[in-house]
Order: sequence, then structure tokens, then C-alpha cells
Amino acid sequence: MDRLAFLLATGLARGLVIALFALSLVIIWRAARIVNFAQAAMATVAVYVAYAVVTWTGSYWLALVAAVVTGMLVGFAVERWLIRRVPRDNPLPGMIVAIGLVMILHSVIGILFGPRHVPMRAPFSREPLYVGDVAVLSPYDLFVLLLALGIVVALAVLFNRTTLGLQLRAAATAPEVSRLLGIRVPRMVTIGWMLSSAVAAVAVLLLIPTELGLNAHSADILFVHAFTVAVLGGLDSPVGAIVGGVAVGVLITLVTGFLGAGMAPIAVLALLTLVLLVRPGGIFAVKEARAA
Amino acid sequence: MTADARAAEAVTSHGTTPAMLAVEGLVVGYSGAPVIDGMQLRLPPGQVVALLGANGAGKTTLLRTVSGLVAPRSGRVRLDGEDVTQTTVEDRARRGLAQVPEGHSIVTELTVDENLHLGGLWRLPGTKARRAAVDEMYQTFEPLARRRASLGHQLSGGERQMLALARALIARPRVLLLDEPSLGLAPRVVAQLFAILRDAAERTGLTVLLAEQNVTSALSIADRGVVVSLGAIVADAPAEKIAADPALRHAYLGF
Ligand SMILES: Nc1ncnc2c1ncn2[C@@H]1O[C@H](COP(=O)(O)OP(=O)(O)OP(=O)(O)O)[C@@H](O)[C@H]1O
Ligand SMILES: [Mg+2]
Repeated sequence: MDRLAFLLATGLARGLVIALFALSLVIIWRAARIVNFAQAAMATVAVYVAYAVVTWTGSYWLALVAAVVTGMLVGFAVERWLIRRVPRDNPLPGMIVAIGLVMILHSVIGILFGPRHVPMRAPFSREPLYVGDVAVLSPYDLFVLLLALGIVVALAVLFNRTTLGLQLRAAATAPEVSRLLGIRVPRMVTIGWMLSSAVAAVAVLLLIPTELGLNAHSADILFVHAFTVAVLGGLDSPVGAIVGGVAVGVLITLVTGFLGAGMAPIAVLALLTLVLLVRPGGIFAVKEARAA
Repeated sequence: MTADARAAEAVTSHGTTPAMLAVEGLVVGYSGAPVIDGMQLRLPPGQVVALLGANGAGKTTLLRTVSGLVAPRSGRVRLDGEDVTQTTVEDRARRGLAQVPEGHSIVTELTVDENLHLGGLWRLPGTKARRAAVDEMYQTFEPLARRRASLGHQLSGGERQMLALARALIARPRVLLLDEPSLGLAPRVVAQLFAILRDAAERTGLTVLLAEQNVTSALSIADRGVVVSLGAIVADAPAEKIAADPALRHAYLGF
């Protein structure tokens, strides 16, 4: 029982990181109808900048800000100077360009930093806290949990309670009608990329202290998990991304804890297959066909 | 201006009164031959014009060119005298050109309330002004008030078209383009929508270009009728005259 409580709490923290990354994929999908295969590589670039900032200034908080700002800049650059020039009539060119971008970013990181894992320390202890003599979760896990929840709430407020959010949602689902109402749709798409890429950068920054360290490929598995989650939840559904992310995070932690780490990928795959068999569009997929 | 005066002016619409909306020497085409070939049209402020013509005559193409969704090969579009041919769709909308495009063109993933707010976003600065305008619209369109929290895709066809019209009117546009708003609606709903349209034109001096297959209903609220065929204007006269001309109806309107 004690072990279960610990695994559930850690799984929740891990799940929220996956949820954040999945949410970032949903934001881009909704804004631009693209599954951004370069999301992990782009976020990793932002986290390298954060790493440079933390080694230089010693402040984790400045590094966090750097990750967000760089994430936004990378999102802006990729959308304006790359994706916008790709033909949009079918999804293939966009995907190929994204995969090409991954290769370029990985090479650049490799040239600048080499293949080694650079360690990045957590801002809080990763030793579990005890309630009585039951280990619950570490201060770092608690920090991850609170920050991830904070970001989710902030995004929900942005999208649902502000006029920018209203424009973002309208532009994503009905671009032509939105333009007729005076909304600058291309600008909304750029903002979507910037938001998405910043959220992904934070997710990767939160992930690194729990991994071997920072490396060009550090976020690859996170991308796979988040992509699974986004498909599970329905690429259109922010709620699906969050619920799915937490579910997969808890599943991985439980399976790793009770059956061994080798079983975790199989469990995730089994879950994906099962959901796709039952609900091909994803659990939270919107049933209604969208208007032009 | 009385309806009669407006109708009289319609006949002489190539005169000196400044046009609220004008197209000059407009040529539009997709790939082959032009669909609209050298069209001239002037709408004085406050006039309601029914744009009639058979399927494929070029009505939708004209409206989409005026709003900027389609770029013309040559010619000009003027809004209140200003040449807007080179401006974007968004800019024209912000200057007070509203379009209710073909079909029930609402944002189906947003609620009725959100759709209405969206309509006022650029023309009514400030949340308070928008809230007030939205509430005013609920009085005009009562069925919408009951459904304010419903998502767009939960609405019936009639409710969607009502919402599309309300959303266009909320922006207090100077020119309103409508593309077959009566399509698929019960006659009673059509009458209701057209009455609201006529009333808005009368109260606010809104200029309306209304493309319709429902000739009788459209002419009943219009000051003037313009009939297009193969991308050219073949008749331009006061609405009553068009309605009363059997030869015209037979040749171009198919009844
Ligand atoms: N996107 C397009 N690409 C190519 N040709 C088009 C396109 N849209 C319209 N056309 C052609 O342009 C001509 C005029 O079409 P348009 O839609 O403007 O007519 P309409 O008067 O609105 O007809 P309807 O009453 O059926 O709506 C038609 O011959 C049509 O086939
Ligand atoms: Mg048409």
C-alpha cells in the first residue's frame, strides 16, 4: 500500500509532464492542423539555452524564463520562416519538413555540445518526503506538479476567458469566417506555435532532472509518450491531453514499479492499441465535423 | 430618405451621389475565361440591393471578390469612396464591410454567445460595449437568447443563419453582403430574417447586397434588383419593376 501511494504520486508528477507536452501538440494541431514531429527537438534547443543560462548565472528561475522565451522564439521562427512556406493542401510536405528540421537541430546540438549527457540539477531535492514513515513524493515532484497545474490553469484562462483566446479558437476551427470578422488568422497561427513551443520547452525542462541529463535525444521518449496521449485523447482535445497524460504517466510508473522498466513501453503500446480499437478518433474526439 | 426616393435613385445610380460600395471594371476568373467580365456596380448608402441570377451566374464570386476572399484580375472595389482592392479581408472587415457567406457559416465549436462577441471584436472596442451589443441582439433574435450557451453545432439550420446574421449586424457594418441566407429555411423564418434585415437597413442606414435564389422574398425587401447572367449585369431596376417583368423573370430567373 505504501509503495502504491508513492508510485501514484510520482506517476502523477511524471504524467503531468507528459500531459504538458501532449497539450503542446494539441495546441499546434488546433492552430495549424499539423502534428509537429519537430516539437521535441525544438523544445530541446530551448532547454539547452536554459542550461547555458543556469550554468552562467546559477539561477534556475532565470533558466526557466529563458526556456519559455526561447521556446516562443523557436516557435515563431519555425512557423514564420519554415512551415508557412510549405504547401498546405496535404499534410505530407509539412511532416517531411518537420522531420528534416529534427535532423538539422540534432546535428546543430551535436556540433555545439557533443553527444554527452550534460547534467542539470533539480531546483529542489529529489529525495522523497515522508508522511509518518510512508514515502509520498519528493519536493521536486511537488514542484513539477504545481508548476504543471499552474500552466494548465493559465492556458485554460487564456483560451476561455480572454479575447485573444477567443480569436485563437475561432481562427483554428473556422479560418475563413474568422478573417471575415477581422481576425488576423496568420498571426493567430504564429501565436499558437509560440505558445505550444514554450509549453513543450517547460515540459522538457521539468523532465531533464529525472533523466540521465540533457542530450539531443533527451525528449524523444517524452515525445513518443505525449504523441500517444494526444492520439488517445483526440488531437483536438486539451482535456484529453491532460487526462491521457496523467493516465499514461501513472501507468508507466506503476508498471515500472511492479513489473520492471522493460514492461512500461509494452503497457503504453497495449493501451494505445486498445483505445484505438474502441475509439479510433480518440477518447475525447469531437464528434461533429468541423465547418470550413 | 423614403423607400420611394431610394428606389428612384436606384435607377440613376450611376449619377453623382457618392457610392457606399462600388465595383469598377471588375474582372474575376478562376482558371479559364473570366466569371465576371468588366462589371460596374454602385450602391448608394442605405440601399438594399437584391443580386439575382441563375446558378453559376457569378453572384458568389462577386460577393467574395468584394470582401477580398477572391482577388480580381483587374478592376477596383471601393468602400465609401476608398479603394480597398489591395487590402486584406481582415482590413475590409475592420473598416465595416461584413459578409455572411454561403451556408450556415458560424464557428461551430464556439457558443452562441462567443460567436456574437467575436462579431463585435474589432468594431466595438471594450468588453462592456460588446456585452451591451450582444444583449441587444438577443432582444432582436429571441430564439438565440434561449440558446446562448449552446455550441454552434448544436443549433438548427435556421438558428445558425440567425446567428450568422446577428453576428454580422452586431459589428454595426456600413456594408453587409449576404449569400443566399434563405437557403434551406422555412418560409416563416425567411420572412422573419428578411424583416430584421430591412429594419436594420432602415434604422442604421446599412447598405445591403443580398444574393438570393429566393427572388420573390429578396425583391420584397429590396429597393433595387440587379440581375446577373454569365458575369454581366443584364438588368438593373427598382425592385418592383424587376418583380413585375415576366420576360426578365422567364429569361434569367427561371420562373
Ligand atoms: N472556386 C472555384 N474554382 C473554379 N471555378 C469556380 C469556383 N467557384 C465558382 N466557380 C465557377 O464560377 C462560376 C460562377 O460561380 P458562382 O459560385 O459565383 O455562381 P453563383 O451565381 O453564386 O451560383 P449559385 O446560385 O449556384 O450559388 C461558375 O461557373 C462556377 O463553376
Ligand atoms: Mg452562389
